[in-house]
Amino acid sequence: MHKVLTAETAGLIGCQRCARVWGAETNRCARCGARLKARRRHGVFWVWFWWVAGLAAYIPANLLPMLETRVLLTKSDDTIVAGALKLASHGSVLIAAVILLASVAIPIAKFAAIALLARSVSGGRGLGSNWNHRIYEAVEYIGRWSMIDVFVVAVLSSLVQFSVIATVKPGSAALAFTVSVICTMLSAQSFDSRRIWDADQSAELKK
Amino acid sequence: MPPKIVPTDRKILMTSDLPAALEDLIACPTCDALYKAEIPKAGARMACKRCHRVLISPGRRAGAKIILLALAAFGLVMGAVFQPFLSIKRFWITRDATLVETALAFEGPLLILSIAMLALVILLPVTRLLLTVYVLSPLVLNKPALPFARVAFRIAETLRPWSMAEIFVLGAAIALIKIVDLAHVSLGPAVWLFGGFVILLALQNTLMCRWSVWKALDDA
Ligand SMILES: [Zn+2]
Ligand SMILES: [Zn+2]
Repeated sequence: MHKVLTAETAGLIGCQRCARVWGAETNRCARCGARLKARRRHGVFWVWFWWVAGLAAYIPANLLPMLETRVLLTKSDDTIVAGALKLASHGSVLIAAVILLASVAIPIAKFAAIALLARSVSGGRGLGSNWNHRIYEAVEYIGRWSMIDVFVVAVLSSLVQFSVIATVKPGSAALAFTVSVICTMLSAQSFDSRRIWDADQSAELKK
Repeated sequence: MPPKIVPTDRKILMTSDLPAALEDLIACPTCDALYKAEIPKAGARMACKRCHRVLISPGRRAGAKIILLALAAFGLVMGAVFQPFLSIKRFWITRDATLVETALAFEGPLLILSIAMLALVILLPVTRLLLTVYVLSPLVLNKPALPFARVAFRIAETLRPWSMAEIFVLGAAIALIKIVDLAHVSLGPAVWLFGGFVILLALQNTLMCRWSVWKALDDA
């Protein structure tokens, strides 16, 4: 593989919003108004900041009740995992799987993925460039889908409001979970994807 | 003198290939690889060789199609907001919930979540539609861009990952399956209207070539 010419190596700077190319000393893209950031000035501080915030919100999201169900006089508060397991035991295995995937597997995989990427661009050992590219793409596309359980809870509770017989109320975990999703989305957006490919290039040159 | 190598279409450039004018270049926003911007034939696309991000994908009359889709989607969502979304019947009690009521399910301190949901599911997607129409209409008609068109398009782009209408649809479907044993649920007209809205949004997104829009704003 020959060395790929990037805007940076050509002594230029590329706009990450509109793809326009400018001289290296330009600060703001005159076409779309985005701030132009060189890699050096674009650390991983904000990535970790939002990552920690997201993780801090994810813990209560799993410990607090997501759904407060009251049928006649029995009341039950279910956390995300408990709710999904209850569903599975009632036979709705597929729905339980979707909820566990969206609320547990994807968020945890996302925390791990962002941490891996942030570490590997700041000189730590990563899984190799091929994996890094795939992980980055997956984080970009799948991350938003974690919001699904919050929407499920909202639709359920707006429907099941028989005042006497049964009520379903969203629990405080819904808020913590939403905050967590928003923080991890911000964390992923703060990541400068160009650095993954830079890392390749320098590895390629060392060979 | 060695034979001059002519850069082929979509080849990653070497320094010697660099043309003088910066506006002829395009830097991949994902990986920063530098290319000479060559507009492919309508329907074809120019993608980054290294990270496979689509860089330019012009379509025949894409602007007009996007505007029509956006207006149709706007009509559908306006209908969907005020119609019953789902109605549930158990014994003698029937309950309708509109989309807005669904979003307002959270009360007390969780009210902020209701506001967030309204924004993610309805307000942000609708804002994006309106901004898109505002930006593209004059371009399609070969008129100069309206004031603040660049700002408008920038906002539309920033909002893109935060518009979650399609995720809401899947969430509602799951809620429906969950509840179907408990009570009789019937789908209101808003379900179909909102489903159509989500499909039109997706179509509109695939037709949109952001680079072409920025370029047109430059030329306008
Ligand atoms: Zn720009
Ligand atoms: Zn690329």
